[in-house]
Amino acid sequence: MLSRRNPQLNAHGELIHLLSIEGLPRDVLTQILDTAGTFLSVNDREVKKVPLLRGKSVFNLFFENSTRTRTTFEIAAKRLSADVINLDIARSSAAKGESLLDTIANLSAMHADMFVVRHSESGAPYLIAQHVAPHVHVVNAGDGRHAHPTQALLDMYTIRHYKQDFSGLVVAVVGDIVHSRVARSDIHALSTLGAAEIRVVGPKTLVPGDLAPMGVRVCHDLASGLRDADVVIMLRLQNERMSGALLPSAAEFAKSYGLSPDKLALAKPDVIVMHPGPINRGIEIDSAVADGAHSVILPQVTFGIAVRMAVMSIIAGNEA
Amino acid sequence: MSQPGRPKDEYRRAQPEGTPVGAAALPLDAQALYLKLRDGVRALLRPGTVLVGIWSGGAWLAERLHAELQCEGAVGVISSTLHRDDFGARGMASGTDATKLPFAIEGSHILLIDDVLYTGRTIRAVINELYDFGRPARVDLAVLVDRGGRELPIEPAFAAARIELPAARKLALARDAAGCFSFSVREA
Repeated sequence: MLSRRNPQLNAHGELIHLLSIEGLPRDVLTQILDTAGTFLSVNDREVKKVPLLRGKSVFNLFFENSTRTRTTFEIAAKRLSADVINLDIARSSAAKGESLLDTIANLSAMHADMFVVRHSESGAPYLIAQHVAPHVHVVNAGDGRHAHPTQALLDMYTIRHYKQDFSGLVVAVVGDIVHSRVARSDIHALSTLGAAEIRVVGPKTLVPGDLAPMGVRVCHDLASGLRDADVVIMLRLQNERMSGALLPSAAEFAKSYGLSPDKLALAKPDVIVMHPGPINRGIEIDSAVADGAHSVILPQVTFGIAVRMAVMSIIAGNEA
Repeated sequence: MSQPGRPKDEYRRAQPEGTPVGAAALPLDAQALYLKLRDGVRALLRPGTVLVGIWSGGAWLAERLHAELQCEGAVGVISSTLHRDDFGARGMASGTDATKLPFAIEGSHILLIDDVLYTGRTIRAVINELYDFGRPARVDLAVLVDRGGRELPIEPAFAAARIELPAARKLALARDAAGCFSFSVREA
């Protein structure tokens, strides 16, 4: 059924699902960022709602915990006038043994038009996208260690907002790379949008060995990773995904890789500091940096709503 | 989520598609019509009227009218994108500019400016868009060309020209680097 074509794109190259940044052409990413700019201004209106998804049902299917992502997807869908149904999967039929595809088939019978899916298993949103009817769209809200495409898009929106252009930028992605779907999606997006240099910074145990083909420079020393960077993307230390002794201790990690004001001083004077949240204050980032003048962590959250509105409205308007 | 069957057309992309048809065959001199529009708009102005151009051709016209008629305050740009009734068939338009209304809509006299008035659906969408910013006291419409073919009960307060054009042809305003207007006609 699925050809070699990217399953996210229809025969005209238009986005019908958002599953991963990998393989998406630059003009699709740019269209999403441009559209998000239009939606950002909706916040300034007296009526903060547009009717593009009126009469459509968006099912938020979170098999894994999330507050920020689920809430921003819900706000985004509501601003587009969709009906939003949030499923607390932990308490639903999945807990009683229903398979993923049976859950989807049942929700489709309830006339779902779009699924926003977060799952601990990499590839779960792909599986769903392969089995839904042609008029149903799927957005990956984070799958395992694989991808978190809307986070990457909102990161790209944030970078473009503050830096305008990607071509001369040095971007450092710092911390727990190996467990991070955000890092993977960010690297693909930065590379597609033409960032000059992508650095990945972290201890050997938390940086996968296969990153060089993705066109990134790996640094195991924070100081050299931060030097003259325009953008620093800090990642959360994902204790819940760690099995075995990858780190001596969180305190040890904080000492070597935590972002403090003196380390940040090595970057460019107008550096921006980003974090997908939730932040572990005092571990990967000092409060002085998280709350400081270079931090754009809260604007990222605001931009996230506009970016998710853009993704949902674009895919909803394209036929399979 | 969208309805099949309706082809996606040049509205979708920034660059027009289709076969160009000689605009010279039409009795339309965009520069001369602009001067006629300027007179018509002048007659419609009241104290406090704000000009709002419909993206993209209408926005060019409104910008020039605003300067030449020495209107007070800022000029607005409005986009139909977020209220279009054919979203399901056409999807998100790319390359359109966002609405910019740098003044209060509540209680104001809005004069909408567009290049070509056809079915009236863009005007319907734009009026909805306008109301997302407040309740205007009055909304008027002035256009360069009314090509007939209305599908909604919408009429302009002023049209510099009225022509008949087959449904298969798309008429659009173009602006060159020097700011001069011309019409392009294409087979849809």
